Amino acid sequence: MSDALQNIKTICKRELNGYFASPVAYVFIVIWLLLNGFFTFSLGGFFEMGQASLTMSFFRWHPWLYLFLVPSVGMRLWSEERRLHTLELLLTMPITPWQAIVGKFIASWLFLIIALALTFPVVITVCYLGDADLGEIFSGYVGSALLAGGYLAVTSMTSAMTRNQVISFIVSVVVCFFLLLSGFEPVTDLLPNSLVGIVTSLSSLTHFIAFQKGVIDSRDLIYFGSLIGFSLFLNGVIIRNLRAG
Amino acid sequence: MIKVENLEKHFGTKRAVAGVTFSVERGEILGFLGPNGAGKSTTMRMITGFIPPTAGRVSVGGFDMVENPIPAKKLIGYLPENAPSYTDMTVYGFLAFCGELRGLRGDDLKKSVHRAIEMCFLEPVMHQSVDTLSKGYRHRTCLAQSILHDPQVLILDEPTDGLDPNQKHEARQLIRRMGEKKAIIFSTHILEEVEAVCTRAIIIDRGRIVANGTPQELKARSEVAGAVSLRVIGVAGDTVKSRLASVTGASKATIVREEGGSVWARAYPAEGSVNGTLARGIAEVCVKEGWKFEELHTEEGRLDEVFRSITWSETAKKGDK
Repeated sequence: MSDALQNIKTICKRELNGYFASPVAYVFIVIWLLLNGFFTFSLGGFFEMGQASLTMSFFRWHPWLYLFLVPSVGMRLWSEERRLHTLELLLTMPITPWQAIVGKFIASWLFLIIALALTFPVVITVCYLGDADLGEIFSGYVGSALLAGGYLAVTSMTSAMTRNQVISFIVSVVVCFFLLLSGFEPVTDLLPNSLVGIVTSLSSLTHFIAFQKGVIDSRDLIYFGSLIGFSLFLNGVIIRNLRAG
Repeated sequence: MIKVENLEKHFGTKRAVAGVTFSVERGEILGFLGPNGAGKSTTMRMITGFIPPTAGRVSVGGFDMVENPIPAKKLIGYLPENAPSYTDMTVYGFLAFCGELRGLRGDDLKKSVHRAIEMCFLEPVMHQSVDTLSKGYRHRTCLAQSILHDPQVLILDEPTDGLDPNQKHEARQLIRRMGEKKAIIFSTHILEEVEAVCTRAIIIDRGRIVANGTPQELKARSEVAGAVSLRVIGVAGDTVKSRLASVTGASKATIVREEGGSVWARAYPAEGSVNGTLARGIAEVCVKEGWKFEELHTEEGRLDEVFRSITWSETAKKGDK
């Protein structure tokens, strides 16, 4: 067991160092922070709203921002291994494919969480300006991190399908977009009433909204847990099929 | 150490490997030969556990590769085809990463990485990023990765591909030195390499083993093996030919080449003649006839000829069907 954790740690460390070794990581973080600032203070109407809350001004945009930013972080996870043929090297090491999948996933997730944590000035701002509900903010951050993890697991899976990062990016954006739209009101309004319940329950948006409002519900935790688990499981199946030829 | 039994791999309807059986013990260096697409790499990938076999078994050090892959993989060092490595890492970082996955820690890890760097002559580039390296250095970086943990089994897929002649020589020396204590399989297209390094060679064609033996045994299967070549000056070719054919122990003689008064001739031994008697007989004839001979030697046979005749005839047979 400790061997497994060691292997996951080793892979995770390499992957995380890989992000920060290239300028792309810093560019990504800067873009993420700029977009957040723009959406929060301009489109989100942070000041106009006159509330010491981040729900509608800040967290509201995360599902849409992640839609493009998470696939761009995760698209290289497995496609790059396939392109460089290092997959052969990695999987002939004395490790299981699961350890590699989990290690890589955690590394990218940590990277996204670091980027998310760097939005802390907005928390300071809202606390300075008014009497903000810290519990609600905390729950929003938990939800946002889980949402990023869910999208990331999908991206990790799609990146195993191809050796081309661009294809991996596009496919994961499409899949995440469906997860998002299925809970987006303008879309769900078009559905017959009998289907709305099922479709919206599959949506990442529906499950994220509760976190935004400060509610950490076990159902939402289970949803994101299953999304991550299922996607990574499929990721493993794809890799196994790749090897079986 | 390595046991391969009836190994098969199908890709769709294509049988890339069709029933390969062999074993390699400690102290053996097995050369894996075969034309492109013969199934060499596929076989090696199955031995190292990268791809699962369609049928058959691989065991390394007594551990079955499918049922018990982790302990089996621990015993193996593997250099995949084209020597892949993570291009965004430094040579040292890459080797340290591989060492950690191999379970090396702390001082052991440092020592192993330095030893591998030394053995593969990577000191000048050890802190350079892999994507700035030339092909030869990249190749050696991946080779260093395979010997990091001093494995008992080494699987090397074209270890000298892309190296310059000096580096090739170094790599061969390294393999030969390591082969004393390890079980090594390596594939190559270069036949001299097999003669220089291997204790045994397997020729594989269309997924089957078509020859298995020491390089000497394989060479003996050559058409010219055992024939005596002779170069004489100032004698007509036809005279040489007819005289050679009548030597005891010779079945026939041919003229290889005639040029500027020199004749290159070759006499083939009769079935069952003892090695060396033919050469002696021919030497006696030369003395008796008063021929000035400048060269006289018994042919060992040539590996490339054996290789061609085996793999060509197999291909031709398939073509007839």
